[in-house]
Amino acid sequence: MSKITGAQALIECLRCEGVKHIFGYPGGAVLDIFDVIMDVDDIEFILSRHEQGAVHAADGYARASGRVGVCLVTSGPGATNTVTGIATAYMDSVPLVVFTGQVSTNLIGNDAFQEADIVGITRPCTKHNYLVKDVSDLPRVVKEAFYIANTGRSGPVLVDLPKDVMKCTMNFKYPEKIELESYCPTYKGHLGQIKRIVNLLLKSKKPVIYAGGGIIHAGASDELIEFARLTHIPVTTTLMGMGAFPASEPLYLGMLGMHGTYCANMAVTDADCLIAIGSRFDDRVTGKIDEFAPKAKIIHIDIDPTSISKSVKVDLPVVGDCKVVLTEMISLLKQRQQDLAALHDRIRNWNESIREWKEKQPLKYVQKDLIKPQYVIEMIDKLIPDDAIVATEVGQNQMWTAQFYKFEKPRLFLTSGGLGTMGYGFPAAIGAQVAFPGRTVVDVAGDGSIQMNIQELTTAVQYNLPVKIMILNNGYLGMVRQWQSFFYQKRYSYTAMRNSPDFVKLAEAYGAAGIRVENPEDVQKAIRQALAIKGPVFIDFIVDSEEDVYPMVPSGSPINNMLLV
Amino acid sequence: MRKVLSVLVDNEAGVLSRVVGLFSGRGFNIESLCVAPTVDSTKSKIVITTSGNEQVLEQIQKQLNKLVNVIKVIDYQNKDFVEREMIMVKVQAKTDSRAEILRIADIFRARVVDVSPHSYSLALTGDKDKLQGFIEILSPHGINDIVRTGTIIMERDMRGRRKLT
Repeated sequence: MSKITGAQALIECLRCEGVKHIFGYPGGAVLDIFDVIMDVDDIEFILSRHEQGAVHAADGYARASGRVGVCLVTSGPGATNTVTGIATAYMDSVPLVVFTGQVSTNLIGNDAFQEADIVGITRPCTKHNYLVKDVSDLPRVVKEAFYIANTGRSGPVLVDLPKDVMKCTMNFKYPEKIELESYCPTYKGHLGQIKRIVNLLLKSKKPVIYAGGGIIHAGASDELIEFARLTHIPVTTTLMGMGAFPASEPLYLGMLGMHGTYCANMAVTDADCLIAIGSRFDDRVTGKIDEFAPKAKIIHIDIDPTSISKSVKVDLPVVGDCKVVLTEMISLLKQRQQDLAALHDRIRNWNESIREWKEKQPLKYVQKDLIKPQYVIEMIDKLIPDDAIVATEVGQNQMWTAQFYKFEKPRLFLTSGGLGTMGYGFPAAIGAQVAFPGRTVVDVAGDGSIQMNIQELTTAVQYNLPVKIMILNNGYLGMVRQWQSFFYQKRYSYTAMRNSPDFVKLAEAYGAAGIRVENPEDVQKAIRQALAIKGPVFIDFIVDSEEDVYPMVPSGSPINNMLLV
Repeated sequence: MRKVLSVLVDNEAGVLSRVVGLFSGRGFNIESLCVAPTVDSTKSKIVITTSGNEQVLEQIQKQLNKLVNVIKVIDYQNKDFVEREMIMVKVQAKTDSRAEILRIADIFRARVVDVSPHSYSLALTGDKDKLQGFIEILSPHGINDIVRTGTIIMERDMRGRRKLT
């Protein structure tokens, strides 16, 4: 191959990695790359209307498809606008590779126009990042970036590309192998430790599985189902683990934690053996840490050693990939039929108490004159196809979706769990729709959060991405208002969202469709109508403004201390 | 609990900042820090003296290992090691105390690295306790300045030797 420029080499690298879509926004420092992209037809470029939208879209694309999301933005403000999106992906272990433009190497450090030390800025919120100073390093760096992003505990990797490096020429050769002495994630768990885990759980009387997003990242959902069915051990999932275990399974307890179900929180508190798989004992899950699962021996299976014994002391840890470790456990258990039968007998009463908790305090609401947001979620669940993807924003809309939408499969729920990023859902839904053009994609939003990235409606219209945005319009930043109501004597300091735009007219102004729903009897009709429209739709559901999310565990309380309806 | 860790890293721009940023971002302590290339010039060794409870110290080691540029983290607990630090002390030396200060330097095997009519600058190498003792003894004479290198540490080669208990 004759010599090519850095910009051309970058595109060649992306081809070698099998990249089909790039989300991004052009600018001065990346002009050379965009000049090449203009003539590329095997990789589609999706132009967002803000760099934050581009990163969230790449994130939604990655979560929905399991492929690495790719982003390309310019230097300075373009790069800094990606930071929230990168931090969001980092907290939720989403594989992204973000390419940022940089000023020419001779200008770095000179406070040049549109210069930002993005490698320095993103050091704490990327899995790793690079500044490419020599064009000959580019293929190796891109190869490593994709490898690091998508192996071990996945996460975002940033590659900073100075303008002059993109102009330099090189003899292109994509490396076949990765040589990273210092990075080798552990996939296979320690067999002795796995045997000890199997022995411990076979002796338990009140075991619970606490599964997280790691199951979904590892593609271990089928193994989790098999493991639970084999042992009859009930399963609760974290917000990030929704869909890892089918909501319709009798062994499913729902989500645990601050807005978890009564039965999940009671079961974890009473358990004598807690099996944490691909979850990380987040404070929204554990509540008061000293009283989390106080009676239980804690088993923890995770690919990231730093997650183990970080906040909760673990009795039996194993570092490894959830899928590999679960497969190993299943095969060991199958050789222990007698012990399994004994376990089934022993935990029959336990599953009975769980059933009683479920019946005693199910998730509930009463639909009267005003539209209840929970009712909207249930109707969305009822009316959209089984393979539809549901994104959410952050706050009450997110919690109601987690509670009332019954996720049956992994990778159908896109939500910002760790960072809690308002404005995530809509661009994430756009990304998911790019990955799956034929499927229904819904974003459940609030009237507050939808306004954080509303400019992406142009993107949806431009690329004809028929995302359905369900706004639960209660006129408040509902979750913050709820806290103010419970813990700050109803002093609603700046949580009333006054002067919001007319979302129907706004949608129309962007060239999308808008529907307003004010009566409960019109909810189903409106959702059906939206699904029938070929393009993006905003539905503005005017919902009960003072509705709260229950159960709720007050911050810092043990999780069996729940405020109930 | 105090702990000295030696961290083998890629000798590349920005690696030190990843390590230090990890400590500041997660609220870990750094008592002292020493960095220099190893025999293999593509690698550097960072010696960090830190402190914390058992859980924190375990997290520090795991988090360091998680950094892509970190090749190896060595914890010297349960190992035989030698630990050294160098200190330079500028101590006031008036006519009546000049001889005494030199005697102290001699006892500690410190070297005089600079002399002026008003002060001596003394250099001393040793472990933490020895340096502390030196500073305490010199203090009454009036210390104008102290510079310390921070602790460095090396595992002892115990092949063919009796293990110290």
